[in-house]
Parts: sequence; C-alpha cells; structure tokens
Amino acid sequence: MTAELHEELTDPHGEHLDHGAASSPPLKSRISEPQPRGAKIRGNRPVDQSEAANRFMAATEHEAMHDARLWDLRQKRDKEMHGIEEWEELRNLASSIKEHTLSKLDYYLELFEKNATANGIKVHWAKDGAEHNAIVLEILRSRGVERLIKSKSMLTEECGFREFMAHNNVEVIETDLGERIQQLDDEAPSHVVVPAVHKLRTDVASVFAKTIGSDPDNADAHYLTECQREATRPLILSAQAGMTGGNFVVAETGTFVVCTNEGNADLSANTPPLHIASIGIEKLIPGLNELPVFIRLLSRSALGSPITQYTSHFRGPREGGEMHVVLVDNGRSERLGMEKFWPGLKCIRCGACMNTCPVFRRSGGLSYGATYAGPIGLIIDPTFNVHKYRNLPYSSTMNGSCTNVCPVKINIHEQIADWRKTLAGEGEISPVKKVMMKAAGEVLASPVVYRASLPLGRSALRHLPHFMLYNKLNTWGRKRDIPETPKQTFNEWYRKNRKSQSEGEKS
Amino acid sequence: MSGSRDAILGAIRSTHLQGEYPRPAVPLFDQAAPVDLKALFQKSLERMGGKMLLPDVADPMAPVRQAIVKPGPVVSCVPEFEGDMKITPQTKPTDIAPVEYAVLRAAFGVAETGSLCFTEKQLHVNTTGFLPQHLIVLLDPAQIVYNLHNAYQRPEWLQAHYAVFQSGPSATADIEGVLVHGAQGVRSLSVLLQP
Repeated sequence: MTAELHEELTDPHGEHLDHGAASSPPLKSRISEPQPRGAKIRGNRPVDQSEAANRFMAATEHEAMHDARLWDLRQKRDKEMHGIEEWEELRNLASSIKEHTLSKLDYYLELFEKNATANGIKVHWAKDGAEHNAIVLEILRSRGVERLIKSKSMLTEECGFREFMAHNNVEVIETDLGERIQQLDDEAPSHVVVPAVHKLRTDVASVFAKTIGSDPDNADAHYLTECQREATRPLILSAQAGMTGGNFVVAETGTFVVCTNEGNADLSANTPPLHIASIGIEKLIPGLNELPVFIRLLSRSALGSPITQYTSHFRGPREGGEMHVVLVDNGRSERLGMEKFWPGLKCIRCGACMNTCPVFRRSGGLSYGATYAGPIGLIIDPTFNVHKYRNLPYSSTMNGSCTNVCPVKINIHEQIADWRKTLAGEGEISPVKKVMMKAAGEVLASPVVYRASLPLGRSALRHLPHFMLYNKLNTWGRKRDIPETPKQTFNEWYRKNRKSQSEGEKS
Repeated sequence: MSGSRDAILGAIRSTHLQGEYPRPAVPLFDQAAPVDLKALFQKSLERMGGKMLLPDVADPMAPVRQAIVKPGPVVSCVPEFEGDMKITPQTKPTDIAPVEYAVLRAAFGVAETGSLCFTEKQLHVNTTGFLPQHLIVLLDPAQIVYNLHNAYQRPEWLQAHYAVFQSGPSATADIEGVLVHGAQGVRSLSVLLQP
C-alpha cells in the first residue's frame, strides 16, 4: 500500500474545513488505549447496557473523544438551526407530513408501487428480515452475483443481512468508510450516521493493518481514508450488483432518495448493472412538495451541515440496467397499531437524539447491544424483542433533550416513560427493580406509612454506612452522590413553624 | 412475495390511528430570496468544500483548461470543451474509472446549499458524476434557484430516472471527525458560471 497522498487530502492551506461530517474544533486522541467492546449478547437474555457502559467509561480516552465529537455535532446542529428562520415550522411540517402518510400508509405504498412499476422498477414485499434476505439472495443467485457492493443501511442491519450473505457465499462490501471499518472489525455500527464514532484513530489503524495491509504505525486519518479508497475501488469496479437503502420514498413519483456524504450510494447503484434498494415501509412521503422539508432537516439535524454532499434520486433503472426495491415490514405494521409507540415510525434516522443524549455520549452505541442505540433505540428496540431489550428504557436521565432536537418531533422521552410502565405491566422488569418497586409501591400507597417512613429513611441515609447505600442493588448510587439529607421533613418543619404561628395568631 | 404484500397491507389496514391527520400545505419559504443568487450560491458551495473558478470573458474555457493540472484522461460531456476521451453508446459505467477530470454541465444549481443537479441527460453515463478523480462543472447563472423548495418544483424530477444533488466533493469524517475529501467519489469539485 502506497502512503503517497494526493495533495487535496493534506489540506495545503492548513485551513480547517468543517463542512460535511467534520468536527468544528480539531479533535485528536492523545493516547492509544484498547477499544472497549459492546454489550455482551447472551441469546435472548436481557442486555445489560450499564455493564457495557461502565467498560466504555473506564476507557477514558474513548469516552472523552466520543463525548466531545458528538457534542460538537449537536452544537453544529444548533448553529444551523439558528440560521433558518422557519426551522420550527419545518419541524412541525415534517411531523404532520409523516403522521399524515402513516395514517394512509396502505394507500401511499400502493401508489408508490404503481408509479415505480410503471417506471420499470421491480417492487418486492418482505414481511420480515428473513424474507428480505431470501428475496435478495434469489435475485442475486438467478444472475450469478458473487460480489455485492453496498451503501449504509440500518434496515439491512436489522435483517442480519451481511451474516446471511456470508453463509450463502455472496461477498458483501460496505462502501461507507465508517461502515467498512465496522465490517472489517466484525462489529455492528454504533451510531446511525457515524458508525465508527466510538473508535479512536489508532483503533482504525490496527483494524486496517490487519485487514487491508496499511502501516500499523500510521494512524493519520487522511492516510487511512486513502488506503480504504484504494482498497475498495477495485472491488466496486468488479462487483456484479449494488445495494442501497432509502431515506425517503416519494409515492406520487415512484422515486426513492438516498443521502450520503461519500457518494458511495451513487457508486453502488450506478456502477454494476443491478441495483437493489432495501427500504422500510415507514419511509414513504406523499410527493415532491414534501421532500424538501426533510432534505433541509436531515443533515442539519444529523451533522450540522446544510445538506449531505450527495442527495441521490432514483426513479427507474438506467438504460440496460435493472432496479429492484424490497419494501420491508419487519415489525413496522405491528408498531403502527401500538397506541403509544406508533409515532416512533416518524423517525428519519438522523441521530440527533444520540448526539445530544448524555447517556449515549458517555456509554457508546455498542453498549445498547441492539441495532438502534441511544434514545430512539430505547423506544424502538423493545418493539423487536420486549424481553431482550427490557432494560434499555432505563438508560435515560429523562432530561427530554432528545425530544427537543428531534426534527420530526417524536415525543421520545415520553415514550421512554411509557415503555417503563408498559414493561412493568407485562412483568418485563428485572428482579432487583421488582423488589425495589414492590417495597416502594407499598410505602407510597399509604400516606400514613409514607409519612412514617420519611424520618426513618432520613436518619438511615445519615447513619447507614457507605457500603449499604452504594451497593450493587442500588444502580443509581453507582455514579452519583446522594445530597446531604435535611434534619427534618417538610411536614415536620411546617407543623413546627406555620401551625404554631397560625395558632399563635388565633390566640 | 405476493402473500406478504397482502399480509402487510392487511396489517396496516387493521390499524386505525386515532385522530385526523390532513396533508399539510408546504410553503416555498422564498420571500427573503435575494435578486442575485450568484453570491449566495458561491458562499454555500465554498462552505460545502467546492471551488468557484474565475470567469474569463475573452476566453470562456480558459478557466477550465487552467483547472486541469494533473496528467490523466479528461472526459467532457459539454460541447464547449473538448476532452481526450469520448463517451459513446458503448461506454460502460466502469470505463470511467481511469478518468482524472470530467467536465460536466449542471442542469441547475441551488443557492441555499450550493448544490448542483445532474441527471442522466448531463452525465451521459451516470458514473461520470463520481468515478473521476475531479469534476469541473459549468453552471448557467440563470439556472440557479433560491432554495430546495424551489428546486423540487423543477421539471427534471419527472423526466429523469437518476438525478443527484452534488454539493461539494465527496467527503468523510468517519475517523475522529477529521474531514477528508474524496472518500469514494470525487476529490475536488470546481464550478464555472457560464451561460
């Protein structure tokens, strides 16, 4: 591998450019430190997010970089927001457009199918991930495809697509840099927009040294990016099929839209003769008047950039080419029927809720052990598997920042609270929480018992040894200190001061 | 699978969202549009990492020639400029891979975002938009629209099978937020305003 760089990559003027996904202050990890890995997955057993989060926080350099990088994206988003007078109006519109489309989703799906088919796109329907994978494999097999190039898609992560294709001897090459890093490291993406954001440059250097033969001692981001470009290009040119996701699907024109910064969706779709797009059924919008609302919000919310470098519109196959769209349900129609949780289907996968979330920024996306991490993950993941993801809705401080930044106004923090109630109602609650809740429930149910318990608790807090307050059962105590306890309760104070005062006035 | 199609549509029809969700009217948000959109376009393009070439009234194609500084094949999809590689009906998408520079004309530009729109009509072979190392783009200043709402009123969306907004060169910051141009697509993008 040559270390010779094109001069564009070395920024000869020494200017700091911060468009696209770039960070505004130059960040650089100072030390090399082993990368903390994600949550331990044990079959269907509930994922322990806090265990993985603790390991991430113990890796201080990773935690600090991750926190700084994502907070920077949040601040860039705020700057963009202030530059657009109609920002709040756009958010309201985006929310109502999505609600409208979801309320007539059957109509819009059929309209898209009709228009896309008329333009020469073959439309398929898959009720779950397994069916999606089978449909794609059938298309690839019948055309003798051995190598597939692919742009980033959270839906294919949901479907376990890469593993399935590996078992079926189809080589899948991810073309997004972050996603390719994750594929070569055999790790899931940790963030919907920046999949390798939890890695330091030294982690990437070691992955590339092992897999594509880069210099293990060179952790320069320009060098590593160039190595990947040079290693991936021959694979792109020799692939027989390309795959993309879809950010938005325009029913009235039969168009689907893909947004990338690298141009890798265009490469994947246009270089080989066959293009397959896997798209969730919730991505529909009515028409072209609605599309700019979302294009204007997406990258500004995600990265604080006015638009992605590439916004690509596909309305039919090119001459001599072939185009397929697989519309995938995978739990979405069921979610549409959930009274409290259907608004989660409005999500456009910008990741703004992750960037702003204090829990996400300090624990890393892989700690959630699920396809979707961060606040949006807390409310989507339990719809896939209520038992396995039952602990996730507790990985939130309920500060509501996620709801405030959401470009389509999903009531994320309210849904987190609703999931806690729903999970408790379904008995999906950990044994420790059950014991604590039961005791708390009995005390809180009776005003007399509650009042009697307060002085006890107060004196207990003051006199109990530290180890009894900060133990394994009290997960809240682990990273927090309890404020100093007052000498009396409010009721005691009131009785002593106000009551005696008013009695004094009477007499 | 047709069984799944009916099952999915049936499952959707069995759900009934509470409340009315009318389709909202979307304004164009263009009342503050300046008369001259060129300055705003340039500002937005530069912000996205693109470059503006200085026009030369006496010799309109001189800036294009001057922008070509590296050896390697030049492909031109515009009649104003002659490249050294011809695109014919037999040209395959992968044939564009060795190209160093492609000279293209944009269908139109968007001042809000510095975006250039290309469709298969301007690209001839779709891969001329992103397989070359560098792009040099001619843009008619009369074909700049103010914002994305105006852009989606254009006729191209109902004519083309493939249309892309390219806003600056290919970019990534997937490693520690360090910006690198030329992640997979073009390493640089220069624009010459030329009617």
